Amino acid sequence: MTARVAVVMFPGSNCEHDVVEAMARVGAKGEIVYHDQERLDGFDAVVLPGGFAHGDYLRCGAIARFSPVMGAVAEMARDGAPVIGICNGFQVLTEAGLLPGALQKNRGLKFLCQTEELRVETTTTALTSEASVGQSLRIPINHFEGNYTCDPETLRQLREEDRIVLRYVNNPNGATDDIAGVCNEARNVVGLMPHPERASDALLGSDDGLVLLRSIVETSG
Amino acid sequence: MSRFKVQVEVSLRPGIADPEGATIERTLPALGFEGVSGVQMGKSIRFEIEAIDEKTATEQVAAMCERFLTNPVIEDSAISVRAAEGAARP
Repeated sequence: MTARVAVVMFPGSNCEHDVVEAMARVGAKGEIVYHDQERLDGFDAVVLPGGFAHGDYLRCGAIARFSPVMGAVAEMARDGAPVIGICNGFQVLTEAGLLPGALQKNRGLKFLCQTEELRVETTTTALTSEASVGQSLRIPINHFEGNYTCDPETLRQLREEDRIVLRYVNNPNGATDDIAGVCNEARNVVGLMPHPERASDALLGSDDGLVLLRSIVETSG
Repeated sequence: MSRFKVQVEVSLRPGIADPEGATIERTLPALGFEGVSGVQMGKSIRFEIEAIDEKTATEQVAAMCERFLTNPVIEDSAISVRAAEGAARP
């Protein structure tokens, strides 16, 4: 069975087609779903792609979290399906309370668009099941608000529960504890700032993102 | 019902990095403004609201801050509410 992956398009999303294309490379069928859909019946996983949902007005993700589709996204999260937020999608998931913490402006106040080296920290998540601990991945980032922030108690909990999924090798944005991605308690909801879909073909400079996309497919059964 | 003017000041919580504030603070001496410290960057949101009384208006604004206007993980808010110009509606 080909996995069906819903790729949510908010007004202002701009990576949804890239994600659909990249999912095809790992044998899944990505389908763009508009943010006003209230149901995600029949989908095996959902990806919130990058972009500027609702113009990022007020705060990144602050308005998107009230989109009709977010009820269905929360339902899939509860049911254990992979729910992946990439970049702006990560911001939406934190605003929606599906992941802890928040994404602040980059420490250097610069919009960063560059390839970063990441370290896989855990493989028991919907995004990393096919990777290995310590594996190094070269994947681009493209953000202004990617500086992961949380209170010390949350950080302690994330560490203790092995919920820091990816770390930057050379922290580009000031993120707390070099965090590039985290997961929820059940490990099926994962948010990350880097864009695996932009590292899905050697022609793009790296295909290191494929192992993450393949993980989504493998854990969506 | 009466109308109230509302101003919500959104600021970063203590301990949350404020790179914009820090950059402004570092820039001021270059322009000849010495002795400035504690620069904090925030947002101000202004609107009017209709409510039975000031207490009710303030409660509603507080609920807005909690659910939507601020992200409590990184932001605090200070709310000010005052009667709008003109008499209360009959």
